[in-house]
Amino acid sequence: MTDPVHTLAVEGITVGYDDRVVVHDMTLEIAPGAVTAIVGANGCGKSTLLRAMARLLRARTGRVLLDGTPIDAMPSREVATVLGLLPQAPVCPEGIAVADLVGRGRYPHQGWFRRWTAQDDAVVEQALVATDILDLADRPVDELSGGQRQRVWIAMALAQQTDVLLLDEPTTFLDVAHQVDVLDLLVDLNRDRGTTIVMVLHDLNLAARYADQLVALTDGRLYAQGDPSDVVTEQMVRDVFGMAARVVPDPVSGTPLVLPMGRHRTGRGAQRTDDAGATVPPVELPAAQPVP
Amino acid sequence: MTAVLDAAPGTGAVVARGRRARARRRRAVLLVLVLAVVVVAVVALCVGERTYAPTQVLRVLLGEQVPGASFNVGVLRAPRVLTGVLVGLAFGMGGVVFQTMLRNPLASPDIIGVSAGSSAAAVVAITMFGLSGAALSLVAVVAGLGVAGAIYALSWRSGVQGARLVLIGIAVGAMLDSVIGYAMTRAGIYDANEALRWLTGSLNSAFWLGVGPLAAALALLLPALLLLARRLPALQLGDDAAAGLGVSPDRSRLALLLVAVAAIAVATAATGPIAFVAFLSGPIAHRLLRGTGTLLVPAALVGALLVLTADLVGQHLLVHRFPVGVVTGVLGAPYLLWLLARTNRSGGSL
Ligand SMILES: Nc1ncnc2c1ncn2[C@@H]1O[C@H](COP(=O)(O)OP(=O)(O)O)[C@@H](O)[C@H]1O
Ligand SMILES: [Mg+2]
Repeated sequence: MTDPVHTLAVEGITVGYDDRVVVHDMTLEIAPGAVTAIVGANGCGKSTLLRAMARLLRARTGRVLLDGTPIDAMPSREVATVLGLLPQAPVCPEGIAVADLVGRGRYPHQGWFRRWTAQDDAVVEQALVATDILDLADRPVDELSGGQRQRVWIAMALAQQTDVLLLDEPTTFLDVAHQVDVLDLLVDLNRDRGTTIVMVLHDLNLAARYADQLVALTDGRLYAQGDPSDVVTEQMVRDVFGMAARVVPDPVSGTPLVLPMGRHRTGRGAQRTDDAGATVPPVELPAAQPVP
Repeated sequence: MTAVLDAAPGTGAVVARGRRARARRRRAVLLVLVLAVVVVAVVALCVGERTYAPTQVLRVLLGEQVPGASFNVGVLRAPRVLTGVLVGLAFGMGGVVFQTMLRNPLASPDIIGVSAGSSAAAVVAITMFGLSGAALSLVAVVAGLGVAGAIYALSWRSGVQGARLVLIGIAVGAMLDSVIGYAMTRAGIYDANEALRWLTGSLNSAFWLGVGPLAAALALLLPALLLLARRLPALQLGDDAAAGLGVSPDRSRLALLLVAVAAIAVATAATGPIAFVAFLSGPIAHRLLRGTGTLLVPAALVGALLVLTADLVGQHLLVHRFPVGVVTGVLGAPYLLWLLARTNRSGGSL
């Protein structure tokens, strides 16, 4: 996109529900034009952070800055033309057609009196093409599979045409092939349109592989932020997920690959990390294939 | 999936074709609904103790003096039919706004006690303070808003959840029904017919005097509701998705709630809470128009059709005359039971 790249940052925000603080005094800058993944244990406040960044929750202290302006001071509709959000569990209206649901992403671009235009049709169609669901355009969303449905929601976010896109666990409930599919699609979007992507991801290995920047949280605090190879270490997995693991280079992508170690079924490789934490060469693996 | 982002730009032709097909279907169904309302209204004007030909009715409506018909049609039936249409529109539209906004078909104002609030206030205002006309409407509106606000506040737990609101609303409604019952016992001069008006709704006291204020209020409230409802499609996707689209969920809900309650209350003040019209109109409109856009206008038309048809049935097709609310009650109760049974089975969320 030719638009200037937008910046998103949080400055010392504290966010919570009722009398409970979930995110503590967090400061964070999202890398513009990059793919950022937020990782952390269940309940550590990933969704809460994302919701605060999308001004769904008001910060008790601190502020969220979009292009340097406090987001609370901006008109909602204006924010929605720059910053899109795909929540964890959006509700699908009964019987709605795919194209109509995707068309709801056009809402922020329509004023009180501006009606639907040919331009909106074109944007929706492009979003359907990008997510490869144009052939489903007139089908009711309720009849689609989980993977197809997730694409519909992503298409809706695309139709919103925002330069920053926040996604909360876009791959949950999908099988591994569809997970990779969705992540590839998001990287396409990032590469082709320069969209800044911030996503909460469950799978640490996919996060390390697909993200340019990793943000690791523990108990509502920032643990580390940076290049996945710097952030994902055995120490980090222990501190963030409370689990022993070995970290080896991913033979496919070269990014860190986390091999969890539970109490059972850990053999030779596991014992060798116990002494002194020295880097242990990975178990022999077939040579990495370049990914097409 | 890759590479398509920059290939084939997508002219919008495919999307436009599907959208136009759905719009055509919608227009066709809306046209049928409008015609049905007109036909039933004409029948209601013609049929009665004395039946007149449509041509005679037309002459009366055009202002001619027709012996007998001018009184029967012009003075008795016309305001009754007009009131029926107006309250039907209000109940239908108000109800579907509630159901869509709270994402729950049970969350209709006549199920969750909002109508009962207006009704109870109106009964108390009439029997104990002798109010009528605009003052009565105002009391009904204020009470409806108060009850809706109370239900909303009682079910608030860092956000409002549809199912909890429905349960609290049903309890509040039951309480208010007993208030209506009490007020009725205090008012000896009121006959059973009048009692039924406030418990189930009736068009028996619809005269020209009341049509003006009712029409004026709804001419303001229903367009306002249509304008505010532009946020409903975003709100339907859940609070987070709505906020992501730039719609503030709490503020939008509050605005929609205020106007919808006002419309329902104004209608309730005129005819009493005609049982289940608000509750049934939305789901019927949904069946007819599934997936072709917002349901406000179709639900309003279904509401008008339900009221007119039920009144016609209650007046002329049964052995005794029944107020319209008794007939709609008979229609709505089985659906309510079915919905409750289904909700129970699926674990409480609709
Ligand atoms: N709407 C809510 N009301 C109250 N507490 C909540 C709400 N949403 C989340 N929480 C609590 O906040 C904490 C963090 O939740 P969340 O941000 O969803 O974690 P994550 O997305 O990292 O799994 C959890 O303990 C959760 O119970
Ligand atoms: Mg979460």
